[in-house]
Amino acid sequence: MKAPAVDYVRPGSLAEAIDLLAKSQDEARVIAGGQSLVAMMNLRVAVPRLLIDIARLPELTAVADDTEAVTLGACVTHAAIEDARIADPSRGLMPKVASGLAYRAIRNRGTIGGSLALSDPAAEWPGVLTALDAEAMLCGPTGRRSLKCAEFTTGIFETRLGPDEIVESIRIRKLSPEARWGYVKLCRKSGEFASALAVVVCDRALGYWRVVLGAANGAPLVLESASRVVSEGAMGQLQEAVRDDLDRAADRHFDEFQLNLHTVVAMRAAQQALS
Amino acid sequence: MPNDAYGVGASLLRKEDNRHLHGRGQFVADVKLPGTVDVAFVRSPHAHARIRSISVPPEARGHVFTAVDLPRVTPIRVVSHSTGAKSPPWPPLATDKVRYVGEAIAACVAPSRGEAEDLAAAVTVDFEVLEPVIDPVRDMRGSRHPVHEHWGDNLYIEHALQAGDVGAAARAAEVTLTREFRMQRQSGAPLECRGVLAYRDHRLDEVVLYASTQTPHTLRVALGEILGLEERRIRVVAPDVGGGFGPKARLYPEEIILAALALELDRPVRWIEDRGEHLLATAHTRDHHYKATVYADRQGRILGLDAEIVVDAGAYGLWPQGPYHEAGMVARALPGPYMIPNYRARHYTVATNKTPLGPYRGVGRPGACFVVERLVDEIARAVGREPNEVRTLNLVRPEQMPFTTISGMRLDSGDYGASVKLCAELLDLPAIRARQLQGEPDRRLLGIGFAAFAEQTAHGAAEFAARGASIIPGFESCTARVLSDGSVVLMVGIQSHGQGLETVLSQVAAEELGIDPACISVRHGDTESTAFGFGTFASRSMVMSGGAVARASRMLRDKLCRIGAHLLQCEVAQAHCADGMVVGPRGAVPIAEIAKVAHLRMDGLPQGVDPLLDATATYEPAISTGVFSYATHGAVVAVDADTGFIELLDYAVAEDCGTMVNPMLVEGQIRGGVVQGIGTALFEEIPYDEGGQPLAGTLADYLMPGAAEMPAIKIGHLHTPTPHTEYGMKGMGEGGAVAPPAAIANAVRDALFSVGAEVNETPLTPRRIMAAIRKAGEAHVRT
Repeated sequence: MKAPAVDYVRPGSLAEAIDLLAKSQDEARVIAGGQSLVAMMNLRVAVPRLLIDIARLPELTAVADDTEAVTLGACVTHAAIEDARIADPSRGLMPKVASGLAYRAIRNRGTIGGSLALSDPAAEWPGVLTALDAEAMLCGPTGRRSLKCAEFTTGIFETRLGPDEIVESIRIRKLSPEARWGYVKLCRKSGEFASALAVVVCDRALGYWRVVLGAANGAPLVLESASRVVSEGAMGQLQEAVRDDLDRAADRHFDEFQLNLHTVVAMRAAQQALS
Repeated sequence: MPNDAYGVGASLLRKEDNRHLHGRGQFVADVKLPGTVDVAFVRSPHAHARIRSISVPPEARGHVFTAVDLPRVTPIRVVSHSTGAKSPPWPPLATDKVRYVGEAIAACVAPSRGEAEDLAAAVTVDFEVLEPVIDPVRDMRGSRHPVHEHWGDNLYIEHALQAGDVGAAARAAEVTLTREFRMQRQSGAPLECRGVLAYRDHRLDEVVLYASTQTPHTLRVALGEILGLEERRIRVVAPDVGGGFGPKARLYPEEIILAALALELDRPVRWIEDRGEHLLATAHTRDHHYKATVYADRQGRILGLDAEIVVDAGAYGLWPQGPYHEAGMVARALPGPYMIPNYRARHYTVATNKTPLGPYRGVGRPGACFVVERLVDEIARAVGREPNEVRTLNLVRPEQMPFTTISGMRLDSGDYGASVKLCAELLDLPAIRARQLQGEPDRRLLGIGFAAFAEQTAHGAAEFAARGASIIPGFESCTARVLSDGSVVLMVGIQSHGQGLETVLSQVAAEELGIDPACISVRHGDTESTAFGFGTFASRSMVMSGGAVARASRMLRDKLCRIGAHLLQCEVAQAHCADGMVVGPRGAVPIAEIAKVAHLRMDGLPQGVDPLLDATATYEPAISTGVFSYATHGAVVAVDADTGFIELLDYAVAEDCGTMVNPMLVEGQIRGGVVQGIGTALFEEIPYDEGGQPLAGTLADYLMPGAAEMPAIKIGHLHTPTPHTEYGMKGMGEGGAVAPPAAIANAVRDALFSVGAEVNETPLTPRRIMAAIRKAGEAHVRT
């Protein structure tokens, strides 16, 4: 299928982009890499009248590296992360994630902010950014606000991003040198969306432990009990803890196959992080 | 005269590669004509519904065409001579009823495809939704709303086949195994979807149709019938075609409608199928249900096989062969390359509210091979032997050739057991067995499995007549022409869409004429320039078209030698063609010189020899029931029993297709087929929900094998030229896709043997693997 006719504009600044978006009365969509949006337009699932291209805005492609954190502009591409062309706060986790995300042609254009803003439940970044306790900076007509990524995504393709807001950047706290992580993505073909995905981050120096599931029929799922068990290093109790967490997520309606898959990836990611 | 550098047997690089590697191929969508308008179809969103009315908004009138707007178009009608076969008429644009999601209802014409889709979205159809027929096993005898109301039931055809005495086999059996098998519905999914460009040529008083098809000549036959046009007024061109695999060897509503629109509008109209449409509107494939019982003695010797086969054929039969051949092929291929003395098969071809089923690489045989090879492995497990021992015990032996199987397939030649042995060597079976005892460091379960088959190829008139076909693809044609400068053009009735036939047919002519293939052009796919032929499908083009090229080339060779002998002042019998010349005992004359005489200087012709170097020949193999290629495939897998994910670690093919005209292209065909077979085994599936909605609408849902998942495929060759064809070649285009589901399922079963799980349904998804493991666990708890 082909998209219906659409207007296209490339604003010169973030402020101009926000202004255009605010004036469009829900008829505009922001486009960055376009790797999901254009396909959705061709399928006529998304039918915007106006595309506001933010991919080259300098505010959104900048990377700031300070002592505590790295702030990635929303339009930093997956490929830039994969190639470690920019500072990596995650001690290798983010380049590893990027390298298995779709395929190279998509990674060359697709952006981390776009992935977060769309929040496809099977996508990698929402879960990984949640596991890294990252914060999203959102910019709208009335100014900026920041939101933990763990709170940003609320459901399947659902977020707290306002209709006139744009994800400006993502601030990721630097892991300490002794931090460990585990990342397991199960998919039937390389480059596919995940059937199951788990991220485990353990940083004793920061007193931070988190186990997160992606591809979880909704927003990334933080496994609280499992995170606690990991912090205690009590691996013997991990499986039970994961099961408890999954039981509490009854609203996700996991079937037996999915429950097993989520449990397996969470266990494997934890083993990776703690081995 | 045989020339090792470029004749039969040379691994010549493909002529086609130059244009394709430079992006200079010409596919339908590359053909640009001024004033072309694009077409989008309004398609049914319902599996089964009556059409109460179609309403077109005023601003779209004149740009939207329904059945009533194109009165010249008559329904597609398949004629079958099989007893009891039912054949529903299929209006190319739905009139009173729609019978599958995706059925075309109206054609919308606009300057661009996007605008045509805007028009399609503006058309509203008032439907009365009916209960769909989705389950062929449950609904074959009838349903609340049969797919074709006046039938009463939902059966296109049912048939029983019996030979020997299955009851006696059952009484004598020491091992009796009954299993259900399932091969899910797939798409052919070529790289290039279908496409049509049609326009009127007033100078020649014809309608020209560019179509991405495997069968331009029979497409013209169909268009003539359905549009009521003389064939002289229709030209069909299949330009570069980006893969066909069978689905493009059928007539489709879009081809008819585009031709009718070109006549109606008198301007070029084109329709380029997108992937979503392809997954809905181009023939689906496979979709078999089986219940089979096998009887064996305690050595594992098969005594009898009893099978029920249900094929879910969808809403209509595709022209020309209808829906009948899939189940019939399964029933006849099921005994495979084995000596099975007693056999019974009942097969049912069922109409459902799904996309019509069509041929796809292997037609029926991947399912048949899957069933019989899984059963061979289960017999081996039951009698406690290595599967390949039981396989070899039952295979037809070389000294028995020719051997007619219990289902009437006449296996012509070969050493089937040798292919099993070679395949096991290629995978180093003993090493894998040893490694299995060690266990994998990552705790995954290792398995190895094999599957053997014999594949009917290049079957001709007798075979298709026996199937009740009304169009019988029994021959191929070639016009071979030497031009005045000695260069050669071969005009053939087949259509090459990735096979490299431009290369291999040149090699055949080179073999006969002693002319470098670089000086030979092959024209195909155009009804204007080629004599009638059936096209490319059923592993037939190398044997049939190659045979026709050989014959036509020999006719030219004889004439070249007559003229050459005259110029050389020798006897005709003393002259032969080699290295671009006619060579006599005392000298040689270039073919270019002879060609000049034949065209421009006829005063040099010997008496009684006409000018021109132009010959047309047809060819059908000496045996019309097909020549049988055969192979054994083997797979090594690692199965993660915690997740159900499978990794294919190794794959091997040991095959025999007789004489190979171009071994490199043979291996390319095998690899391509194997990859598609891996798709059947592990990835590809179009499920339908209860309401008849297909659940794989994009390539994100319809998974296809990718390069990263493919092991390097090892290939070993055996060589048994058949006595029945030119040079002893056998067809081999489909075979690669036949055995992978069986070999991979046997390997997965081997891996899961320790947990007691069996896998009898493709694709082998993680979910199905986990279900099998769970079922085995439950059975274990019960016992």
